[in-house]
Amino acid sequence: MKQFLVFIRKEFFHVFRDRRTLLIMFGLPVAQIVLFGFALTSEVKDITLTVIDQSGDVNTQQLIRKIKSSSYFIVNETSVDYNEIEDAFKKGTAKSALIFPPNFGNDLQHGGKAQLQLLTDGSDPNTAKTVINYITAITTAYQQQISPGPRLPYTIVTESRMLYNEEGNGSLNFIPGVMALVLMIVCTALTSVSVVREKELGTMEILLVSPFKPLLVLIAKAIPYLILSLANFILILVLAVFVLDVGIKGSIVLLFLESMLFIITCLSLGLMISNTTNSQQTALLLSMMGMMIPTMIFTGFMFPLENMPKPFQIISNVIPSRWYFLIVKSVMLKGLGFSYIWKETLVLLGMTTVALTIALKNFKTRLS
Amino acid sequence: MSAVTLDHITKTYDKGKVLAVDDVSLQVAEGELFGLIGPDGAGKTSIFRILTTLLLADKGSAAVQGYDCVKDYREIRSRIGYMPGRFSLYQDLTVKENLDFFATLFGSTIESNYDLIKDIYDQIKPFNDRRAGKLSGGMKQKLALCCALIHKPEVLFLDEPTTGVDVVSRKEFWDMLKKLKTQGITIVVSTPYMDEAMLCERIALIQNGKIMSVDTPEKIIAAYPVKLYAIKADNIYRLLTDLRSMPEVDTSFAFGEYIHLTLKNERADTTALQQAIEQRGHTHVTIKVIQPGIEDSFIRFMNQDSK
Amino acid sequence: MEEKVIVCKDLTKRFGDFYAVNKISFEVNKGEIFGFLGANGAGKTTAMRILCGLSYPTSGEATVAGFNVYKQTEAIKKNIGYMSQKFSLYENLTVLENIEFFGGVYGVPSAEIRKRSDNLVQKLGLTAEAKKLVGSLPLGWKQKLAFSVAIFHQPRIVFLDEPTGGVDPVTRRQFWDMIYEAAATGITIFVTTHYMDEAEYCNRVTIMVDGKVEALDSPANLKAQFKANNMDEVFYQLARGAKRSGD
Repeated sequence: MKQFLVFIRKEFFHVFRDRRTLLIMFGLPVAQIVLFGFALTSEVKDITLTVIDQSGDVNTQQLIRKIKSSSYFIVNETSVDYNEIEDAFKKGTAKSALIFPPNFGNDLQHGGKAQLQLLTDGSDPNTAKTVINYITAITTAYQQQISPGPRLPYTIVTESRMLYNEEGNGSLNFIPGVMALVLMIVCTALTSVSVVREKELGTMEILLVSPFKPLLVLIAKAIPYLILSLANFILILVLAVFVLDVGIKGSIVLLFLESMLFIITCLSLGLMISNTTNSQQTALLLSMMGMMIPTMIFTGFMFPLENMPKPFQIISNVIPSRWYFLIVKSVMLKGLGFSYIWKETLVLLGMTTVALTIALKNFKTRLS
Repeated sequence: MSAVTLDHITKTYDKGKVLAVDDVSLQVAEGELFGLIGPDGAGKTSIFRILTTLLLADKGSAAVQGYDCVKDYREIRSRIGYMPGRFSLYQDLTVKENLDFFATLFGSTIESNYDLIKDIYDQIKPFNDRRAGKLSGGMKQKLALCCALIHKPEVLFLDEPTTGVDVVSRKEFWDMLKKLKTQGITIVVSTPYMDEAMLCERIALIQNGKIMSVDTPEKIIAAYPVKLYAIKADNIYRLLTDLRSMPEVDTSFAFGEYIHLTLKNERADTTALQQAIEQRGHTHVTIKVIQPGIEDSFIRFMNQDSK
Repeated sequence: MEEKVIVCKDLTKRFGDFYAVNKISFEVNKGEIFGFLGANGAGKTTAMRILCGLSYPTSGEATVAGFNVYKQTEAIKKNIGYMSQKFSLYENLTVLENIEFFGGVYGVPSAEIRKRSDNLVQKLGLTAEAKKLVGSLPLGWKQKLAFSVAIFHQPRIVFLDEPTGGVDPVTRRQFWDMIYEAAATGITIFVTTHYMDEAEYCNRVTIMVDGKVEALDSPANLKAQFKANNMDEVFYQLARGAKRSGD
């Protein structure tokens, strides 16, 4: 047992004495959170709004004037045909469009209820959502203006549809995404490199010929990274809550346990990689190319999985971070309990078992 | 009982394509300072790795202190000390931390075997808090030896400990080994430097995975079958090429300022040879009969094998 | 008067307070085999890097093949060959591909490369291995090939950094035969080694201790000067007093 503790202490020395490791470990989450936080800022100004007024009555004119007078939009009233609007989106000449159907004013005044259509570019979900919120706010205000009193005789229903990303992923979703990404990089890359470094140094030979059990070597190498990853996880949570004002809706304990499971999955993958390579560069390349890129692509926080071709959707199922992303989203953002995520948890558990078994089985008590 | 036994050991790599160790058998007695002498790629490291239970042999059996290298590998691992060829310790840990780590790893402490490493450790103790990566080559090597000794091993395996080390540090290192031997530790050491062979009690000359000879250095030298001459003249390179063209010359190799020469037909009289050389225009020719060294023996064995 | 291909005067390289090379001065003649010895950390590698145009000296003067080590490093590189124990050839290229590559790097015309590489492969007895990967060759052959490649573009000087480390005794001597042969064609050889018997093969030997040149003469004169039987003893007498040691 003493050997084990000394081994773990040694690993901590390695980490704390290598500035680069520390930088990757703690600089990365901070940088990611800050970058994503700024990149996805909800401050929106001067958005070009294409307006197609097929009704052309008093109400539409009043509403358009109201929109114009807000600082958010530049209204483009060119008479685009309704059927051409999708082409305009594809070409990028339109980012959002407001369509008044014929007889808008008539419906509103006589039927007491009118519809307008708002089209937004869902591939930029953040802007899209903001546009929807603002237009909804403006129409609601206009509604109240033309019908004073508690009862609303006239109601305008804004039917909005986000093209390309109907679910409206974005804004907050990047936090679970960054968590998955950072844990993946830290655990997988650093663990594999730390094992392979011993092979390069020749110290692995000494470790193997010592009476210390070879399997314990692996576990002792993984434990410091487990602890550091948990610290990292807490750091991201703290940043999310205090810097970005994202509340944790669900149980923190559940989130913590699920994250621990995901960290162990990543550690197992790291150990698996370290068993198959003999140079630090290969290990790093493998964990970067083999883990980080699929994580970014197939997790679902950068590119919505629903819109991917079927084969990609199938591939995404074997990416552990995809499941972890779902879990964090459910627990942290939606506040759901374990009963909603047991399936995802089971999948992660299965993956961990497989990876860990392969890693431990392939670890040789000899050199070849 | 022998401390180390190799019995018809064969080891290949790349699915049998590369033959690293070819039917090697040898024994090392308890308390002996045994040397494996051969160039890079001769199979020394493979033999060390088989004995330290890091590799499995294709054929044959090996044992250390009576324990089988395959079955009883755990037993062996707690009884041996090993310094691999490219061993370079943890560069980011200090001298003391390295030593502490390896002591604990082998279930020991620095204090419990302090007398064993004292002589060596005293030399690096002033640098206790310096990171191993900042030590000089000679110091690193001393620290590595301390780390290999810290658990008082019964058998010590040192794979090319003096490669790339200068003459002064090499001399110091061998003095340390001699002192260790007096403590009763069996030492198996490998080296590509032929001159170090004389410092071992018994040696095995190894080339291309095969043992060419195993004996004490003195006996190997005494077994040199023919008379060996040392010749020098003013232009040594021309002398070498001229000698190679002379029919009576069997082998000729440069050895420092001299050329070591054997003749096909041994004669006690060297005057005829001297005349023949001088006839080719060489000046200041001296010829003398000399005692061969290990390197002469090694070359002779190599030539026999390739014939 | 003999042509000087390397001239050093008070050459110094300082890293902070540390004088890796401390005012060394020597001259090397054309076609000479010049041995450059010293304990680990004596400053051999640093001095050699300066002479190869890989690093600038802090002070002092030096010319290599007539070119200044401060200003004309590119010209120096064109006129020298370099071979070390660690890096010599690309293991995953074949013998011929290595020759072609290094020949090309040094600007040897393609037709010339083809002609000379055929001769070279034949001379080394590697005809059967010409299309094999260098990694599959025994160490001794690799080193001989590496030397041949280093002098393939017929440089004026070739720098050899411990070229025979770990090589078997017979190949080691064959290697020295090649060195002699190259020297006879007028190529100057600048060589470092840990084998003291090899120091005897040099025309003149420098021994560096703690960044300074402590001895420079022919092996015979050095032995007489230090009343030693062989170069090993000469070296030991000088290097024993060294204060620094390192890699």
